[in-house]
Amino acid sequence: MAAEEHHSPLSQFEVHTLVPIEIGGVDASFTNAALFMVIAVTAVSLFLSLGMQRRALVPGRWQSMAELSYEFIANLVRDNVGSEGRRFFPFVFALFMFILFANMIALVPYTFTVTSHIVVTFALATVVFVMVTVVGLVKHGLHFFSLFLPKGVPIALAPLLIPIEIISYLARPVSLALRLFANLTAGHTMLKVFGGFVVLLGFAGVAPLAVIVVLFGLETLIAFLQAYVFTILTCIYLNDAIHLH
Amino acid sequence: MAKGETPPSLDELDRRLAQAREQRAARAGSTRAGLASERRGYGIAVRLAIELASTLAVGVFIGWLLDEWLGTRPWLLVVFFFLGAAAGALNVYRVTQSMMRDADKDDEAAG
Repeated sequence: MAAEEHHSPLSQFEVHTLVPIEIGGVDASFTNAALFMVIAVTAVSLFLSLGMQRRALVPGRWQSMAELSYEFIANLVRDNVGSEGRRFFPFVFALFMFILFANMIALVPYTFTVTSHIVVTFALATVVFVMVTVVGLVKHGLHFFSLFLPKGVPIALAPLLIPIEIISYLARPVSLALRLFANLTAGHTMLKVFGGFVVLLGFAGVAPLAVIVVLFGLETLIAFLQAYVFTILTCIYLNDAIHLH
Repeated sequence: MAKGETPPSLDELDRRLAQAREQRAARAGSTRAGLASERRGYGIAVRLAIELASTLAVGVFIGWLLDEWLGTRPWLLVVFFFLGAAAGALNVYRVTQSMMRDADKDDEAAG
């Protein structure tokens, strides 16, 4: 039943090798996942650089969109991290645009959903986590570890509370990665399942088709929302590291 | 501008500027309320579940690693299971606290 296997709702997430590359025994092939990451990065670059090419005082539609995305993230960083967050703006902006474009491109039929792979989301979350920790350590030195002992806690409780706080701190990248991964995977699987119903039901397939239309709107919202949530949580973690609470 | 029409005074311009800013702020408020839809129903459930499960998993994983390292299986795993569960509950508590704070803020902005 090879044909049936091919139509499994999960087959859309399979990684295929496009250009086999091997460096020192490590499989570094160019896969469809890599291809769509390259497409996302290219799309962001084109969107921003072509949009800002004319730099009109009264922006056209395209320039407006580019400026809108800039302002959106600039406000997000300012509101959540404060003025010290300004120098992290390029990082946060790049993160947001990459996830947003990867999510949005994935909504086009026959494309590959990069952010539905936990390797990708976890790598992004790890970068955020390591950067936030390094920023905190550089800024506060060893004082940074006071993050693990909330103020006003009796010393007797410290042996219990410190491990709990450390676990909850280490869980940040995991939940960050899982949230993006779970939302995207669930959404795209659901679309595919309803797509299968349309084919199976023939004329009565109009009903699942209507559901797909609604789901597609919802998925578009989720694609944006998850990029937003990932970015805002990055800002909140940065804020914690810079200001310690 | 047509001839004979006097240009608007600075006060007039000020007033119009303030009005435009107010409208803009109101619009910004409404988009924020739209984004907050993640707080509702399904969004909250998924978010809290992921928070709880991932924190617990991290706790168990640390316990398992320490056990492997120190050869104390299964005791640290058990200890860190409970610590992870506590940390998960703590994270869920924090998330709901911040959700409630945001909800209060939105209500104030709306009302």
